[in-house]
Amino acid sequence: MGRESHVDLSRTVIAMHDIVKKFGDFVANDGINLTVHKGEVHAILGENGAGKSTLMNVLYGLYHPTSGYIEVNGNKVSIDSPEKAIELGIGMVHQHFMLVQPFTVTENIILGMEPVKGLTVDLKSAREQVIELSGRYGLQVDPDAKIEDISVGMQQRVEILKVLYRGADILILDEPTASLTPQEIGELIEIIGHLTRDGKSVILITHKLKEIKASADYCTIIRQGKYIQTVNVAEVNEDQLAAMMVGRDVTFKVDKKEQEPGEDALVVKNLHGKDYRNVEILKGLDITVRKGEIVGLAGVDGNGQTELVEIITGLRKGTEGSVMIHGKEVFGKTPREIFEAGITSIPADRQKHGLVLQFSVADNLILQNFGEEEFSSHGILKRDAIQKKATELIEKFDIRPRGSEGKPAGQLSGGNQQKVIIAREITNDSELLIAVNPTRGLDVGAIEYVHKYLVEQRNKGKAVLLVSFELDEIMSLSDEIKVIFDGKIVGSVPGRDANENELGLMMAGGGAHE
Amino acid sequence: MSNTKDKTKNSFGAKVLHGNLLYTLISIAVGFLVGAILLQAAGISAGEAYGKLITGVFGKPKFIVWAIVYASPIILTGLSVAFSFQTGVFNIGAEGQYVVGTLAACIVGVFLKVPAIIHVPLCLIAAAVAGGIWSMIVAVLKVKRGINEVLSFIMFNWIAYYLSNYVVNIPAVHKEGGGEATKDILESAMMLVKSESLQDVLGSGASYNIFVAVIAAIVIAFILNRTTLGYKLKAVGFNRHAAEYGGINSNREIMTAMSISGALAGMGGACQLMGMGMRISQFSSQEGFGFQGITVALIGSTNPIGCIFAGLFYGAMKYGGTKLSLVNAPAEIVNIIMGTIVFFIAIAHVFKRLLLDHAGKKKAKSEGGTK
Repeated sequence: MGRESHVDLSRTVIAMHDIVKKFGDFVANDGINLTVHKGEVHAILGENGAGKSTLMNVLYGLYHPTSGYIEVNGNKVSIDSPEKAIELGIGMVHQHFMLVQPFTVTENIILGMEPVKGLTVDLKSAREQVIELSGRYGLQVDPDAKIEDISVGMQQRVEILKVLYRGADILILDEPTASLTPQEIGELIEIIGHLTRDGKSVILITHKLKEIKASADYCTIIRQGKYIQTVNVAEVNEDQLAAMMVGRDVTFKVDKKEQEPGEDALVVKNLHGKDYRNVEILKGLDITVRKGEIVGLAGVDGNGQTELVEIITGLRKGTEGSVMIHGKEVFGKTPREIFEAGITSIPADRQKHGLVLQFSVADNLILQNFGEEEFSSHGILKRDAIQKKATELIEKFDIRPRGSEGKPAGQLSGGNQQKVIIAREITNDSELLIAVNPTRGLDVGAIEYVHKYLVEQRNKGKAVLLVSFELDEIMSLSDEIKVIFDGKIVGSVPGRDANENELGLMMAGGGAHE
Repeated sequence: MSNTKDKTKNSFGAKVLHGNLLYTLISIAVGFLVGAILLQAAGISAGEAYGKLITGVFGKPKFIVWAIVYASPIILTGLSVAFSFQTGVFNIGAEGQYVVGTLAACIVGVFLKVPAIIHVPLCLIAAAVAGGIWSMIVAVLKVKRGINEVLSFIMFNWIAYYLSNYVVNIPAVHKEGGGEATKDILESAMMLVKSESLQDVLGSGASYNIFVAVIAAIVIAFILNRTTLGYKLKAVGFNRHAAEYGGINSNREIMTAMSISGALAGMGGACQLMGMGMRISQFSSQEGFGFQGITVALIGSTNPIGCIFAGLFYGAMKYGGTKLSLVNAPAEIVNIIMGTIVFFIAIAHVFKRLLLDHAGKKKAKSEGGTK
């Protein structure tokens, strides 16, 4: 898919010179340069904690640089507040949306700068303006829909509209694809194209290499707070970008030894279940995972993956069917009983199911095991042992920052939160592992680690069910790929024979074959 | 200035700025300031009134003892509310649990004839069980029927209120002769200092009910921080979904948490009865020990040990307030001060933000200046 570039190299809109930002003794940005032109999509690439967000917060006026200066449209400026940034035409779309749920799209967009007619808010002209903006950039947003009724992808467009409504010419998008489906990501990239065609510049904070290749003109790489280099995206490939980001060569290929799968570890038969709205979403699903294989479950979000995993792990009650783990029926059992039957899982929603954000990292690491002899006796927690375990796992799984044993998990970055969960689940070491989007929000180095680990588990003869919205991940890891559509398995392909088009077709509900 | 010195100063300063204590103290100061303004506006000298408040509490050892005796029940109701906050429910029903606790302790205290060494613990246990059951009924309604606990707690407060008035008027319980109250509890159930030499120093009202409150606070702090029970209760309180995912039975833990919270409030009732009241009078309005517990929990940052200090503060204010009439100041000024304090603690994050921003700016400036 070729993309059209709209860069006007003669017009520099942003120039950040030698930006240094210190927090106490910690140097978050150490001499970073960034130049963005009119009509350009400029990606900022770096691992979790590399200093991308700090740099953008400096540009958006949330932080003041310790040294260095910023030019906007050729004029040296001091951006000391977001208001000032907005005045200068800089807008930011945060990773976590800031929308009022019961308000309509229009009401959210105009919030804080409502057009006034006499004493009342002029909703009518605001609505027309929203429709006009939405049409101009191909956003297709319904101005009257309530935020609580629209999808995450749509909410993000509302955030983009909010920024455009405030007259921004430079848009900062912070990890914009983190919570989007593949389709929505494609659409977002198209929207970014519309924006640059109209002369807007877009700064994209991300660690997804594929998206940089698909949407950006230039890419600035930051590693551990330091400026590495700025490259023309057309002239580098993904492997080179990854190596620059991590500082060493990264292999996406994982060595899988040839092996025959063993006995059945998980057998799901004729499973029926309802979703949170009480609508039947699983309609007689069958799936089997054997020891020594990775079964990848591919599908578009919302076809029953979440409910399937929740029913298997006991978080949700199924209406009918059978779930056997290591030959034992667990359908309808409690999460505790199922856990004890020999299953661990990496949950899809790390903040909802994976972690108690107010708990320290150490306490989160023993969420299923606090009752075991290693960590408590007669109901009294062994604080020293818990602390020791945490230190060990933080080291082993490279959870950053170091020494965060006693820190609330909520204070870690998303990627490091995920590492806490993975560290815990891996340590539980059961014969059957269910991983749901295990690499969501992780950077390349961590992804490599998780992938290696999953394959390692398989090689050790354990059963792995991998549920993921990242088709690449499913294709590179799975021995067997199952496609879920509308609550049923509609196709099954051996991993090595899979091709993206065929899978994509099945995921959309066409070409079902067994 | 040496670098290391600067660093330690920074880390200590940062700790103070990020912790809760500083903001609690600011809120208390603001509370007194607002009280002073109102007193002056009403034509009463704030200096005189506050002076009386202070001498009224600290003037004599026996005043201090009284303030502590006043504090003990509200430390326990405060503990009850703080425990509920830590475990994810809002025990606005401490008032009702307190009342049924008082009732249970009163019945056992009036009718059971056993030596003091058994009688006092039995009364406390009876009160804890009654308060615990009272709260557990609400917990069962919440877990099994999905009824919001705040609603049922408030209703149970009134049920307890009328139940108490009913029991007070049962002839077997009612005081002989005049007075709308129960019989006095037996001497063996009273938590009073009996040694005469100690009474000479501490006053005749000296009670050891404070020890019950302090021990309870220490036990609760231990449960919350060091036991698997506390781990489970807090996990459910903070994030039910993750707790269930971790194999914790959240419904059971919610019931446990609410029962323990109720038991604490019930013990608060026993401490009031056995250390101060000695009988239950007919209520004409809710006495408010349970609601004062909410204030104590908030001032104590929902920390069990914090509740001891917050409860002592509230107890002193309550006791000192009774003496304000001597300088023609209304005792209600104490409620205004306490209300203002809670209000400012509730919006403490605003101060926190302001101070942290200010500190950040100052630092950025000084760093920029050295460049």
